[in-house]
Amino acid sequence: MAILVKSDTKVLVQGITGSFGGRHAKLSLEYGTQVVAGVTPGKSGQNFERTVPIFDSVNEASRETGATTSAIFVPPPFAADAILESVDAGLELVVAITEGIPVRDMIEVKAAIKGSETRLIGPNCPGVVTPGTGEDSHGGCRIGIAPGYIHKAGDIGVVSRSGTLTYEAVWQLTTNGLGQSTCVGIGGDPVPGSTHLDIIKLFNDDPNTRGIIMIGEIGGSAEEEAAEWIKANCNKPVAGFIAGTTAPPGRRMGHAGAIISGGKGTAEAKITAMESAGISVAETPSQMAEALMKIL
Amino acid sequence: MNLHEYQAKQLLARHRVEVPGGQPCTTADEARSIAEKLFADGQDMVVLKIQIHSGGRGKGLFKDGFKGGVHLCKSADSVHEKAKAMLGNTIVTKQTGEAGRLVQTLLVASAEKILDEFYLAVLLDRETSQPLIMASREGGVDIEEVAETNPDAIVKLQVDPLLGLQPFQARNLAKALGLSGKLIHSGAKLISGVYRTWWECDATMVEINPLCIVESPDGTQKIAAVDAKISIDGNALHRHKDIAEMRDLNEEAELEVEASKFDLNYIKLDGNVACLVNGAGLAMATMDAIKHYGGEPANFLDVGGSASTEQVTAAFQIVLKDPNVKAILVNIFGGIMNCNTIAEGVVAAAQATQLKLPLIVRLEGNNVVAGRKTLSNSGLTLIGADSMAEAARKVVAEAAV
Repeated sequence: MAILVKSDTKVLVQGITGSFGGRHAKLSLEYGTQVVAGVTPGKSGQNFERTVPIFDSVNEASRETGATTSAIFVPPPFAADAILESVDAGLELVVAITEGIPVRDMIEVKAAIKGSETRLIGPNCPGVVTPGTGEDSHGGCRIGIAPGYIHKAGDIGVVSRSGTLTYEAVWQLTTNGLGQSTCVGIGGDPVPGSTHLDIIKLFNDDPNTRGIIMIGEIGGSAEEEAAEWIKANCNKPVAGFIAGTTAPPGRRMGHAGAIISGGKGTAEAKITAMESAGISVAETPSQMAEALMKIL
Repeated sequence: MNLHEYQAKQLLARHRVEVPGGQPCTTADEARSIAEKLFADGQDMVVLKIQIHSGGRGKGLFKDGFKGGVHLCKSADSVHEKAKAMLGNTIVTKQTGEAGRLVQTLLVASAEKILDEFYLAVLLDRETSQPLIMASREGGVDIEEVAETNPDAIVKLQVDPLLGLQPFQARNLAKALGLSGKLIHSGAKLISGVYRTWWECDATMVEINPLCIVESPDGTQKIAAVDAKISIDGNALHRHKDIAEMRDLNEEAELEVEASKFDLNYIKLDGNVACLVNGAGLAMATMDAIKHYGGEPANFLDVGGSASTEQVTAAFQIVLKDPNVKAILVNIFGGIMNCNTIAEGVVAAAQATQLKLPLIVRLEGNNVVAGRKTLSNSGLTLIGADSMAEAARKVVAEAAV
């Protein structure tokens, strides 16, 4: 078991005919993921990689193939529309990989999907992976852009705002013999579809997740909010890491959401909140798995 | 993207926000003629303000000893004299650092008679993902200071983004600031205009400090934005061609501008250990690791997800332009990124720049075997590392030699 997606989850890809979306859809197929449809308006009737049918709309794609989850790779100016289309089609999960969506678009999307059944992950995220049990974790569900082979099926949940730091943590876990239930990249934007806390709650309720790694970075207060909840409610060991101890205030560190403004969102404040919630915080990014293993 | 005060006021005026009349200029003669017009319109005082992306202008000190970047003048001659002293001169304020900032543009505006000062800002509330209007009865001072010393003076208002700011909310906010009578309407109109500016221009922040009750020579009172600061969401510039043209490259660090041409995310820092990393989170964590092992990072540099050999070469060249750099750490965990692309880029860049500095490379991920092979076959002397910690330790040691 896992959270959000399983090996039999049927996935459609919005933007499958773009070079970025196409490349990663192919990698997901090779990983053994059930990529059952692509969506590119105006290209229905064509096939991706000869086997995956392409549709004009998410609604048609979902109806014809039973896809319940979407991976969004469409360019930033059109990404908010793509998200809303998937929500309108009633999908269970929408994972927006696209980087560079205007904040205003995401404010509107977030307000518009409030109360809907659809869960949004991202944008500006590496996606979601539930590793499979085959060689190099083959046969799992890979949505997004993470390298599949670094994973290993197991019982550790990973949630992170950063793509490459997620891979780093996963790699450390795998090389230490610890597999993952599901790895979730929630993305580096200031308006994320799901927060650390949303995902931690799912891990806490998942009988097959034994321990959790939560990776954060400067900016906002999502890590503090998660830490507060963990302190009162979480019954699983949690380790963590916060990037940006050396980041200068007022500068945006790559991710749109990674900025210390008005003295708020510092790494120090987040680390303090996490430690006081009993979270085992890694001193360096090389020790994320180690920090978890200490408390497992 | 940050805007100058005069640009911010242009955007605000477009959204019917009252701003003091005035014009930007780049020469002392222009300053004089703008001032002459303002005096002819009945103003008895004009203000001359340097336009730089930095706070503390009024108390700044020019490198030749001339004091202050904001001046009140009673005559066009005085405007001309002060403008001449400031244009082309470099000012140091509490925010510019020692290097200071070259002054190339001035704003000449009517100096209103100010009766009271307030603070108003619109920003994103990250906890609720909704717009937040923040106002304070104390204006003209640092809002963070007010939050510390007199938090009750600050009023906050959440706005439903799908409805927008409602007129009654703006009126209530004006009243909460202590405005009364006709000024409630004047204040509400301004607050609505500021909100619309934030929303319609895709601003990440609009800050009016101070927001003032001003009195015209004829005795009428109104609410006006006497100073203004706006930052725009860089990801939304595709729908604001006019605002995109307001970008002032003179206000940005040279190497950062150079990096942005190659879609590289580079921020210069003060240390001597350069790093070149893929992914923003990993780049920050790499800086942290350098610091953890006793070094000081020279930069933040995210080469992004699809870095080509050309981009990596550019990244290398930019990092090497910083004279403080003593050693370089390349840390790549390839998800989207092909490790071999990085390896080819590293080799090409090291050869192109005839690199003499110690180079530590840590590669992991997508196509890593080919990447490592490319490095070991390159004939370059470089130091390999298996983990980030090992790489950080090694690069700090090399930089200290």
